[in-house]
Amino acid sequence: MEYLINISYIVASVLFIFGIKMLGSADTARKGNALSAVGMLIAVVVTLLESGLSYTWILAGLLIGSAIGVVAAKRVQMTGMPELVALFNGFGGLASLLVGWAEFAKAGNFDESAYPVFTGCAVVFAILVGGITFTGSMIAYLKLSGKMGGSATNFPGQKAINLLLFIALLVVGGVFVATNAAWALYVVIALSLALGVLGVIPIGGGDMPVVISFLNSFSGIAASAAGFVILNNVLIVAGCLVGASGIILTVIMCKAMNRTLGNVLFGNFGATGGAAQEVEGEMKAIATDDAYYILEAAESVIFVPGYGMAVAQAQHAVKELGEILENNGAEVRYAIHPVAGRMPGHMNVLLAEADVPYEQLCEMDDVNAIMESVDVAIVIGANDVVNPAAGEDESSPIYGMPIINVHQAKTVFALKRGQGAGFSGLVNTLFFRENTRMIYGDAKATMNDLVGQFKD
Amino acid sequence: MELILLIFVFVMAAFLGFELIQKVPSQLHTPLMSGSNAISGITMVGAILAAGAIEGDLGKWLGLAALVLATINVVGGYLVTDRMLGMFKKKGK
Repeated sequence: MEYLINISYIVASVLFIFGIKMLGSADTARKGNALSAVGMLIAVVVTLLESGLSYTWILAGLLIGSAIGVVAAKRVQMTGMPELVALFNGFGGLASLLVGWAEFAKAGNFDESAYPVFTGCAVVFAILVGGITFTGSMIAYLKLSGKMGGSATNFPGQKAINLLLFIALLVVGGVFVATNAAWALYVVIALSLALGVLGVIPIGGGDMPVVISFLNSFSGIAASAAGFVILNNVLIVAGCLVGASGIILTVIMCKAMNRTLGNVLFGNFGATGGAAQEVEGEMKAIATDDAYYILEAAESVIFVPGYGMAVAQAQHAVKELGEILENNGAEVRYAIHPVAGRMPGHMNVLLAEADVPYEQLCEMDDVNAIMESVDVAIVIGANDVVNPAAGEDESSPIYGMPIINVHQAKTVFALKRGQGAGFSGLVNTLFFRENTRMIYGDAKATMNDLVGQFKD
Repeated sequence: MELILLIFVFVMAAFLGFELIQKVPSQLHTPLMSGSNAISGITMVGAILAAGAIEGDLGKWLGLAALVLATINVVGGYLVTDRMLGMFKKKGK
């Protein structure tokens, strides 16, 4: 039986590897996800064959967890996807923490373990990483869902306090490994949870995609550590795969913003700048009636969606306007910045939901090449990713970040709810440009308004 | 010896993970993140073993809690990823 279980674990690991690989390509992604789900099913089913288990609790846990998972996955709006992933991720981290703790709670010490010191270290590590993943993801969830302000929270000596906490954690963790004292474990748990909160609150909401991706990698490492606690190979392999591929994905995302991971995590981005900036010119508003005439005459139009489109649920209205413009003889494209929205690819998902044709979705570089020939660029709730300061103002915190150069288009319509700064807290110089016209109000209402004008 | 083997496996898996994703189009980043997030719910295997233990009250309770959370992570994660990818597929037609 032991052999059957372990061989099945190998099969599951192979399926995970294929699954991740296939998720990286558009044609095979869905199949890849299904493959890795099959791998998970195999791993779970054979684990149930392990001798000496009482099934009552297991069944209860599986049923409750599945019910909640199914309901959450079916109910969530596509716009709420980032915070849901953050939430799931936090649960995974907490689960790894609890697995480590449970192993200790079973006997109260590791004297019977084959590797007492190593197991102690693994427990501390699983709790440390799992705890940070849990509370860190919860803060990310609160920031993304708007239940907590998106701006960075800073206080004096923050980094020093975090460092002290971390050192205290290592010391108490060492005490736990040496003595197996329960109090030391509880202190480790408490400090890990605190560290997750303190580590993420100084990071601005605009950087949450990177944070989630990073914490996703963390939850993999936590699972791997839990695997070392119970000496289980499938936990180690699968957790490590997620940990490593998650780091790569995180770095790819940082590169898209032209920043380093260290700068995102410790740079206090979103707290600096903004206040001292002065911009020449003024923001010029335009009514939808006038915008209609310009659009009616336009021969090429580019939509640049951002998180504002997600908030306003405007994707269907946007698509409708796009179709009308196309029937009106204009060439319509959608330009998607790699980090637009709250997660990479967030906008692609939303536009796909609205049935926008795949050929009309363009990458940043392709669009920038033809931007000067574009008649109208419509910015829908996007901000930092179209801020010309990234290319011109060396003092700007986002200086050097590649952007979609909508300011080179003949006319820019910027749809925005109000005059305030964006999620990152920066002033967008685009809005003060000569060729920019602001259309204030809810993006969906504005879109429907324009659609209505075309129909009349 | 067993421990060394597990560490060996860990290191190999790390390198494999680094190699697995190199060129991923940005629109797939979100599904990739949520799909691999579901895989990290593998910790539910550990949770099953803890929740099914015959002895130890506290350990069982912790195991049960871990199992519920990990199952949410796994089931929800896979379903949500599938939903997202299903939308991508439609536009291919």
